[in-house]
Amino acid sequence: MKQPEEISEYLKNQFEDGHIEMETGDIGEPRIRITAEVIKDVAKFLRDDEELRFDVLMCLSGLHYPKEEELGVAYHLYSMKFGHKLALKVRVPIEKPDVPSVESIWKTADWHEREAWDMVGVNFIGHPSLKRILCPDDWEGHPLRKDYVQQEFYRNLTTLN
Amino acid sequence: MIEAISNSTERREMVINMGPQHPSTHGVLRLELVLDGEVIEQVKPHIGYLHRCFEKYAEEMGDYAKVIPYTDRMDYVSAMNQEHGYVLAMERMLEIEVPDRVEYIRVIMAELQRIASHLLGIGAFGLDLGAFTPFLYLFTEREKALDIFERSSGARLLYNYMAVGGLMRDVHPEFKTDVADFVKTFRPKIKELNDLLSYNKIFVKRTADIGVIPEKVALNFAASGPVLRGSGVKWDLRKNDPYSIYDRFDFDIPVGTGEMGTLGDCWDRYMVRVKEMEQSLGIIEQALDGMPDEGDVTEAIPKRIRPKEGEFYVRTESPRGELGYYIVSDKSAGPFRVKARAPSFVHLSMLPAISKGSLIADMVAIIGSIDIVLGEVDR
Repeated sequence: MKQPEEISEYLKNQFEDGHIEMETGDIGEPRIRITAEVIKDVAKFLRDDEELRFDVLMCLSGLHYPKEEELGVAYHLYSMKFGHKLALKVRVPIEKPDVPSVESIWKTADWHEREAWDMVGVNFIGHPSLKRILCPDDWEGHPLRKDYVQQEFYRNLTTLN
Repeated sequence: MIEAISNSTERREMVINMGPQHPSTHGVLRLELVLDGEVIEQVKPHIGYLHRCFEKYAEEMGDYAKVIPYTDRMDYVSAMNQEHGYVLAMERMLEIEVPDRVEYIRVIMAELQRIASHLLGIGAFGLDLGAFTPFLYLFTEREKALDIFERSSGARLLYNYMAVGGLMRDVHPEFKTDVADFVKTFRPKIKELNDLLSYNKIFVKRTADIGVIPEKVALNFAASGPVLRGSGVKWDLRKNDPYSIYDRFDFDIPVGTGEMGTLGDCWDRYMVRVKEMEQSLGIIEQALDGMPDEGDVTEAIPKRIRPKEGEFYVRTESPRGELGYYIVSDKSAGPFRVKARAPSFVHLSMLPAISKGSLIADMVAIIGSIDIVLGEVDR
């Protein structure tokens, strides 16, 4: 079982400088911050490496950081074989929220990414069908953004009250 | 004449809409089925009919404690387990030590709820396949479990019973004897269920070799709970990543065996649930023995919840699988972000992969065997 710090060092040796760094809060699990360009390569490496074998993507969540004007994606990985856990984090500017899709690596990402697109508006590049999943196809805006204003009418029906 | 008939049998695709009000979709789920005759070529699930913005509410409310009643409403069939996961996540954030009595009561409630949830899951599964009687038998038993919840929490379905650091109120005075009675009367019913449904020839024919999920597919889709165990993976968060006080109990993890057909078919998933109920009874008995009689269940409840900055992903084993809460705190009184990773959501996303090539009548069996609750899928 490896700790996130060890995995971070291990990853730094595999990838170019500046793409991977540790991020910690006051409490809670440390996570590895990754730039969006390399997320797919890192994901593939994490899944296939003999010492890591992160074969399960437990959860994928979209986030909105209003102060920094950024969107984020959090990946929570788990290795059935070794029992280690890892949290990855990607942050992209809100004007161009492009993150490569990991659907081809973990199939479960398909719906999770659709949800993150629907709810916060992260644009997953390379996703087979990035459509809304919880809201109707013609809904406006992304509800989980902090500055979201609900549309007043949906197909001539009032949505407020 | 013969020529005309043979010409008319050319291959044509047909699209059929199943749901959102179809009785065997267990709620409001719509499936778009592309058929070649009776064989399913493609399935497109459409969800969101029950979307109630759980995550938005949780973030807008500005109070961690007020989220608990909303977690009940996600998977309304196993509300206790949903609460359990959330309060555990909050306690890990606040580093609260919970009294032993509270932990034991929570485990008993969670396991009773698991039995109640499986009874509904199994009953409805049989009902979908035309077995009406077992459903009624099982519901009688489920009622008894709900009676215990009602006497302790005041509600039969959505309890709002667990609190961060404790319980809303103590259990009712006869709790221990009530639960012991339930365990005693329920155990023989499992054998009855096996005679009535599990080994029933028609039921086996309808479920064996149907909707097979190979281990590799299950892992790639991050399946969990009975769906993963049905494919033969010995994996249970209560054992493999213990939370609460589950490390104190002795129990087995039942897995699919391929006894009636192929490993990972609908029957295997069904049987895992049946065997799990037996294990839950064992856990409840052990918890009843270990549970302290005295103690204030509200003493560790914090007056004010203000966690430090940080993120947590906490997962528990709900009756349907891995229920994860991803909570981000920004030092304010309410969560910055709450994401519920619902097992049904993940399992439903497998549907197109596992039902391709099966008959349209088997679709009902496959949906029933992965036991989804739409309240949790749509949140």
